[in-house]
Amino acid sequence: MNRTSIHDAHVALGAKMVDFAGWRMPVQYGPILDEVRSVRTAVGLFDLSHMGRVFATGPDATAFLDRIATNHCAKIPAGAIRYGLFCREDGNPIDDLLVYRDGENAFFLVVNASNTAADLAWMREHAAGFEVEIVDETATLAMLALQGSGSQAVLQAVTEGCDLASIKYYRFAHGTVCGIPDVRISRTGYTGEDGFEVYVPDAEGPRVWNALMEVGGEHGLSPIGLGARDTLRLEAGMALYGHEIDGEHNPIEAGLSFGVSFAEEKGDWIGRAALARVKESPTKRLMGITTKGPRVPRQGYELFDGATRVGYVVSGSVSPTLETNIASVYVDIGLDDAGRELELDIRGKRQGARLQELPFYSRTRK
Amino acid sequence: MRPEDRKYTKSHEWVKLDGATMLIGITDFAVNELCSGNEGDLVYCDLPEEGRQLEAGETFGEIESVKAVSDLNTPVAGTVADVNAAIEDHLEILSRDPWKEGWLIRIKPVIKTLDGLMDASEYEELLAQEQH
Repeated sequence: MNRTSIHDAHVALGAKMVDFAGWRMPVQYGPILDEVRSVRTAVGLFDLSHMGRVFATGPDATAFLDRIATNHCAKIPAGAIRYGLFCREDGNPIDDLLVYRDGENAFFLVVNASNTAADLAWMREHAAGFEVEIVDETATLAMLALQGSGSQAVLQAVTEGCDLASIKYYRFAHGTVCGIPDVRISRTGYTGEDGFEVYVPDAEGPRVWNALMEVGGEHGLSPIGLGARDTLRLEAGMALYGHEIDGEHNPIEAGLSFGVSFAEEKGDWIGRAALARVKESPTKRLMGITTKGPRVPRQGYELFDGATRVGYVVSGSVSPTLETNIASVYVDIGLDDAGRELELDIRGKRQGARLQELPFYSRTRK
Repeated sequence: MRPEDRKYTKSHEWVKLDGATMLIGITDFAVNELCSGNEGDLVYCDLPEEGRQLEAGETFGEIESVKAVSDLNTPVAGTVADVNAAIEDHLEILSRDPWKEGWLIRIKPVIKTLDGLMDASEYEELLAQEQH
């Protein structure tokens, strides 16, 4: 089992540690719902060093990524980040990822921990004929996230040579963080709040973590585990591989068309034809439900309109932000109208549920 | 050490002889697995109707936390003589006192024996293995 460089700090904070995608990770430090509220009202600190980090560089890097990723990589401005997926020929994804463009033919990719090995194998398999170098930097870089309205103040307190206010959403820059030069800092996250993700040499992980914990004290900073992270992303309507998308759930029906480019200039790419067909005639659509009652919707529970099965849950949670229970669900096309009242089958018992559009939560834009 | 006046199951229920009937509940370990020490994380508990007949090993209810749902199983066959209805509205009782106030159902057993179940020290050994 892998341990992140920050492992011992989590244990010292009393975190409940679990095995996740081959890593010992903190699932919670205290009540999960309190951790969700901390991020929504103040600021939270996350250790995401389990995420896969991969460089793709070389004369054909852009052409290579435009062949295997769903988004249009040639169009990404240097210093910007885009969401995309690696799909199979059948249009179903192997993983989703963030693509950072460092230069004309230099990219930094952030992929899911659970799929890193599969992604690397897929990339190397399809790199034949392209002059591209694929380097797995997962083990050499710690990854930390600050999420919540206090993020900028906390990170700026340990950052020099970079005005964080100048980094726009889904952009990145480099600065000196805790004295470490040239640290990659992006305005990204997986919570629906303003925030940053930073990448420091692995050995510096604990020092940066402790510095942010200390500086964050006056901003109400809390460490946040994977449990709250899952609820935060679900409230914000963000997909998670293994739930909204997987080897049987394509990005079009998941509402991720913003990460799928059919532009002519992109050329053909793996999964394009299949996804073009899905776009023409989708059979289901990802939506949200809120439920009536204390029970929590969970992956696999089915949705009914009377006796007819019309959909199923892919992620569910208690939502402290909405003060109700929520789920993302696939619903058959034709029944996918917001406000429709359906019933959820919870282990043999029916409970009322109301359909709505995603996301459940969207932060007020300033 | 857990109470020695009762027996334990591998699925973390306890059974205690109480006169002609038996009380069934779940252990502190089971509660903690569900809610990690945060009583507010327990959200739902479903208990059976009085008079329901149960086979040994049968599921008689469910308990749910923010994180997971667990079946409640009876290790002994019998008829449900009483249920602790207070639990369904006050799940925090389970984290405060799973041993006395937190009993779930009272069973009139078909056979009044707890043979084959673990005693407290055997249950402790099981937990030591699970937590390893």
